[in-house]
Amino acid sequence: MSPMYSDQEHIVSAYDRDLEAIQALVMRMGGLVEAAILDSARALETRDVELAEKVRAGDRTVDELEVQINEECARTIAIRGPVSQDLRVLLTVFRLSGSLERVGDYAKNMAKRTSVLVEMRPLPGADSALRRMAREVQLMLKDTLDAYVRRDAELAEDVRQRDHDVDQMYNAIFREFLTFMMEDPRNITGCMHLHFIAKNIERMGDLVTNMAEQVIYLVTAKMPDDSRPKGDETPYMRAEASDDKGE
Amino acid sequence: MDDQRLTERSVDQKEIKISAKNVQVYYGETHAIKDVDVEIEDNTVTAFIGPSGCGKSTFLRCLNRMNDTIDIARVEGTILLDGEDIYDKRVDPVQLRAKVGMVFQKPNPFPKSIYDNVAYGPRIHGMAKNRAELDEIVEKSLRRAALWDEAKDRLQAPGTGLSGGQQQRLCIARAVATEPEVLLMDEPCSALDPIATGQVEELIDELRTNYSVVIVTHSMQQAARVSQKTAFFHLGNLVEFDETGKIFTNPEDSRTESYISGRIG
Repeated sequence: MSPMYSDQEHIVSAYDRDLEAIQALVMRMGGLVEAAILDSARALETRDVELAEKVRAGDRTVDELEVQINEECARTIAIRGPVSQDLRVLLTVFRLSGSLERVGDYAKNMAKRTSVLVEMRPLPGADSALRRMAREVQLMLKDTLDAYVRRDAELAEDVRQRDHDVDQMYNAIFREFLTFMMEDPRNITGCMHLHFIAKNIERMGDLVTNMAEQVIYLVTAKMPDDSRPKGDETPYMRAEASDDKGE
Repeated sequence: MDDQRLTERSVDQKEIKISAKNVQVYYGETHAIKDVDVEIEDNTVTAFIGPSGCGKSTFLRCLNRMNDTIDIARVEGTILLDGEDIYDKRVDPVQLRAKVGMVFQKPNPFPKSIYDNVAYGPRIHGMAKNRAELDEIVEKSLRRAALWDEAKDRLQAPGTGLSGGQQQRLCIARAVATEPEVLLMDEPCSALDPIATGQVEELIDELRTNYSVVIVTHSMQQAARVSQKTAFFHLGNLVEFDETGKIFTNPEDSRTESYISGRIG
């Protein structure tokens, strides 16, 4: 029996095959999104327009997978009448694919901005800081997907706690960009783009955190209570209008 | 708990109608029911689920002493209906069965008219002083079973001439005619088509306002749809008994999980 699933098989083996197939699609989607995060961050750091273009083109596959997963989930719910653990698997898959699609969109957006940023002079340290942040989020995503496959609520909780680090990194970058912009107004355009990228990576971290919570729900049948560390209030200090547009 | 919508199915405690403690049933040497403790609430639909041979029907039949009719069956433990032991020597099983009515798997109307099918119980229990009172009971029972509109113009037609779903509702009308307090249903929909099943399920929910309903079903979806409480039986044991929503979303016992999700238990 595959470790992807419960220790017992369904009497109707086609039901197991349905669930396995859907879960395999999610894993494929997860792998593509992980790669998109790394590639888009690398493209930014190395100003590699070709790689950025590859990320943009690759997002279509991620979107198609989401549609396919949604259809398969709906079919399985309609045909098999899942309950309990099976139902939680499908609800989880449904939400994971939605979050993955959003993370993929942010990676694509990062790649888009890279093609604008190549025209501008780089800011010292900014690209590598963003890449480190992206790397952290990619690791969180990898661990979330591992936690999902292994039904490991502890690992998912660990991911959840790590979102704090990403928030801290974002806050540090935010302060840095403010400084750059105050020093020289010619930095503003570049910093705006870089700030959007930082914000997008931070949002990716939030989405991955939601995914980790969903894995905890899958394993324990309960959503974790809201007891994780939150980032400080830095972004709200001087730039109240800069934050979320209802994302 | 007065609505079939899921969000309305809160788990407020109702009065206990039937309280079974330490119930054992033997068929000859076979120990068919082992140490079953269960409390069935008033105005509640309680579903018994479990694989064939798990004892759910046997246990259901204990609740109105239908097992008395099987020579080799022996029942131990206590079953209280409103605090009174139903296995007490002074209890007349016929009177008990008027209080605890039963509907079976296959519609089994008597080979009599629709009217006489429903009037049968009230007649033998002397519930009506005259024809007018009997007419009233028949109409009320048929209305409760959601059959009145279809049957009112053919009350003298044979009950066996009705469709399967109508026959089952006739049997329900017959069961409610004696004003029972508890209604036991042993797979009441297994011989019915989906439309008739829907009508009977709707009826079960309406009956809950007046009665405590206990239903044995092989359809887990039916148990999930109609009941507020679900009991899972396995190999003669009561494995889990809880609020229906809990049983179907997050059961405590791995055997329950295996059974409801269609795995080998």
